[in-house]
Amino acid sequence: MAVLADIVETMTFRAGFNTNVVIAGTTLLGLATGVVGVLALLRKRSLLADALSHATLPGVAAAFIVAGVLGMEGRSVPILLLGAAASGVVAVLAVHGILRHPRIREDAAIGLVLSVSFGIGVIGLSYIQTNVPDGAGGINAFIFGQTATMQPGDVAMMATIAAVAIIAAVVFFKEFAVVGFNDAFARSVGWPVGGIDLLLMTLIVLVTVSGLQAVGLILVVSMLIVPAVAARFWTEHLRTLLVFGGLIGAASGYLGSVASAVFPRTPAGAVIVLAAGAIFTLSLLAAPSRGAVAAVVRRLALRLRIAGDHLLELAHDQSADEIEATELRRIARARGWSPPFRAAVLWTLRRNDMTASKPGTTTLAVTDRGRERGARVARNHALWEQYLIHYADIAPSHVDWSVDQVEHVLDEELVRRLEARLAIDSQAATR
Amino acid sequence: MIPFDLGLDLFPLLAATLAAIACGVLGNFLVLRKLSLMGDAISHSVLPGLVIAILITGAVAVGPVMLGAALAGIVTVVLVELIKSLGRVESGAAMGVVFSILFALGVLLLQRASAGAAHIDTECVLYGQLETLVWYDAPASLDALLSFSTLQHLPRQVVTLAAVAAIAIAFTAVFFKELRIAAFDAALATTQGFNATLMHYLLMLLVAAATVASFEAVGSILVIAMLVGPAATARLLTDRLLTQIMWSIAIATTAGVVGYLAATAVPAAFGLASVNAAGTITAVVGLLFTLALFASPSHGFVMRTVRRGRLSRRAAIDDVLAELFRAAERGLDRVPLADLTASLAGRPVRAAVRTAAQRKLIQTSGAELTLTDTGHRAAARVIRRHRLWERYLVDRAGVALDHVHDPAEQLEHIDTEPPEGPDRDPHGRDIPAE
Repeated sequence: MAVLADIVETMTFRAGFNTNVVIAGTTLLGLATGVVGVLALLRKRSLLADALSHATLPGVAAAFIVAGVLGMEGRSVPILLLGAAASGVVAVLAVHGILRHPRIREDAAIGLVLSVSFGIGVIGLSYIQTNVPDGAGGINAFIFGQTATMQPGDVAMMATIAAVAIIAAVVFFKEFAVVGFNDAFARSVGWPVGGIDLLLMTLIVLVTVSGLQAVGLILVVSMLIVPAVAARFWTEHLRTLLVFGGLIGAASGYLGSVASAVFPRTPAGAVIVLAAGAIFTLSLLAAPSRGAVAAVVRRLALRLRIAGDHLLELAHDQSADEIEATELRRIARARGWSPPFRAAVLWTLRRNDMTASKPGTTTLAVTDRGRERGARVARNHALWEQYLIHYADIAPSHVDWSVDQVEHVLDEELVRRLEARLAIDSQAATR
Repeated sequence: MIPFDLGLDLFPLLAATLAAIACGVLGNFLVLRKLSLMGDAISHSVLPGLVIAILITGAVAVGPVMLGAALAGIVTVVLVELIKSLGRVESGAAMGVVFSILFALGVLLLQRASAGAAHIDTECVLYGQLETLVWYDAPASLDALLSFSTLQHLPRQVVTLAAVAAIAIAFTAVFFKELRIAAFDAALATTQGFNATLMHYLLMLLVAAATVASFEAVGSILVIAMLVGPAATARLLTDRLLTQIMWSIAIATTAGVVGYLAATAVPAAFGLASVNAAGTITAVVGLLFTLALFASPSHGFVMRTVRRGRLSRRAAIDDVLAELFRAAERGLDRVPLADLTASLAGRPVRAAVRTAAQRKLIQTSGAELTLTDTGHRAAARVIRRHRLWERYLVDRAGVALDHVHDPAEQLEHIDTEPPEGPDRDPHGRDIPAE
């Protein structure tokens, strides 16, 4: 219970000033990365951000060394962040340069730039470690993040960057949408595609660099990708997607930093990403139309409907008003239905008033609705058969095989058109 | 003389090179199948598998660690496919999601476990701990080194890496044909009667194994560089897969050896402290790639530019000759240079005129140009190709009469001969005989 009280206290900003600063800072960071992440996802730049964030390390190390040589305080955060931004931009330019070569594809270019620039950063880091007393401590924090060192000034910076990201997304909404969905079209009608990409890249650099201190350079890209992809499961509209991305990002930052404050020995960066991961998992499973559960349910419903349709069509073809239990078992075996599936098929049919059980027997009686349905399925079947033979050049011996799968999805408008066409066709044939 | 201390340097050098070879061989198929980032994803997401295996067994044992890594690798591949199909997002983003979350999980577990018996920490995961592979009682002479007893001293990491590298090479050799078809055309592979999906998962399993074996020695960053770098570099050097794989092994070995020496022996020669070897090896990979990108004799930027320049100069000479020929047809035997530069704007006319004059294709008198006899024959060949192509484009390809000139203008410069046709072009002009 003490833990619960702790959690409530932390969540309601009563756990002390420093904790509140961290929570506010990471929430704002999540908001900013969520919004920018959606824009990056739309433009398929998610993993370019990964290269960029890894490539900040050599910049940080170089800034540290150069500042030391120039006699400045190497650990000064603005100098380090400046170096990070510079080398991040160089990495993005390097990826673009490599992509000018037709034999190297984007995945290889990103992977190479990412690892090589990080490797160079590691060399710098090990140089600092051995040559500058106590030097690497400050820089190591950039790799995995050090949320606890967050200052009120950092929160103000996060708030500014979140505001910039949101304003940019709102003001340039149309531009981002057009370029994101179809850049070739955007270019052909005169949108400044290069300028919009530059703006997006600037936003990515801004949020990445500002997130370095909080969650570290390896995980900051997660905050760009995970909330955006999680939001993708909930909506088809870009506007809503941006809102959801921002909200999921903010929620991850908030929940993650609270959890990290309550439980000891939990690195905030990792916990924030895991919070985003939890929201993502929830979205993956439970989102209403895109989610895995919904997809399974939908597929099962479709299978049940098709199986039921087969039964009704069979009854129609044999002009039978009822199906006996032995016959039913035979069909189930032939179709490869498992006993639970057969039960589910029968249950669905009964629920939709297609069949009724005959009192006192195990025979299945087809209702009027069921007869009507069976007739329609049979007619669709016949129509498709005709269509495939006459219009789609499919050998008659192959027709039934493909028909079985499509007859259930045929819409009525198409059926009318097909009927008219085939009527003309058959008239012409008899004349 | 570069200082090389057998006790300090032999095992790290071996480990780095073996890791480079194991990853480098497998990387060829990742790069070909545009799966480089799957290597990136797996190298991040094997971390939780590794940590959980260590937490359960309480020690760094090869078997459980490999099992954990393999499971994590498979989970990654399956999850990426699931997210791609359900969320309808590009594979990059789907990979990003999976490896981010798994890596964060790994970092958290690592942090929680660091008080335990686990001999692995976050630093080691990123940069490896090559430097710890010290051989305390190394023999002093080379003869003693070449004896059988050396094998008994090999540290576990080196043995594991040697095994994984051997398996990777054997796998590639045995399934070379299958891997090649699956890499270039997965659908064809399926129709040829073997399971491309199974190949995919086997490859991913091996990538996970190579990743985790290299992890301890060289760290995850070097793993990514090694999966992508040698293969991408080799791809710039050859068009044949087998040659590419050989090149990638050579490049990986070079990077391992040169990179390691650059980290330890070279600084030592200048009296400096050594730097992180995983970092320098990665940097050497980057260097070799950059070198190939620019200087590869077959595909480098430099040679491409040279070839393009050569082609454009040759085309410009053809164009100049053709213009003079057309003028001659109109009864103009002398054409002022200014007219040519105007009608062939944007092409290197002056250089072409100079070369053509040197080859005695044209004669210059003052600022006016005339075709020589040789020049006339050469020009007739160009015009013939141009007009035959126009004929082809109008008659067979259905191009409108007023649109054929520009494509023919390009086709006349390629080496392919146009199909024979009647002796007049679609505009009614004569096609010069061969």
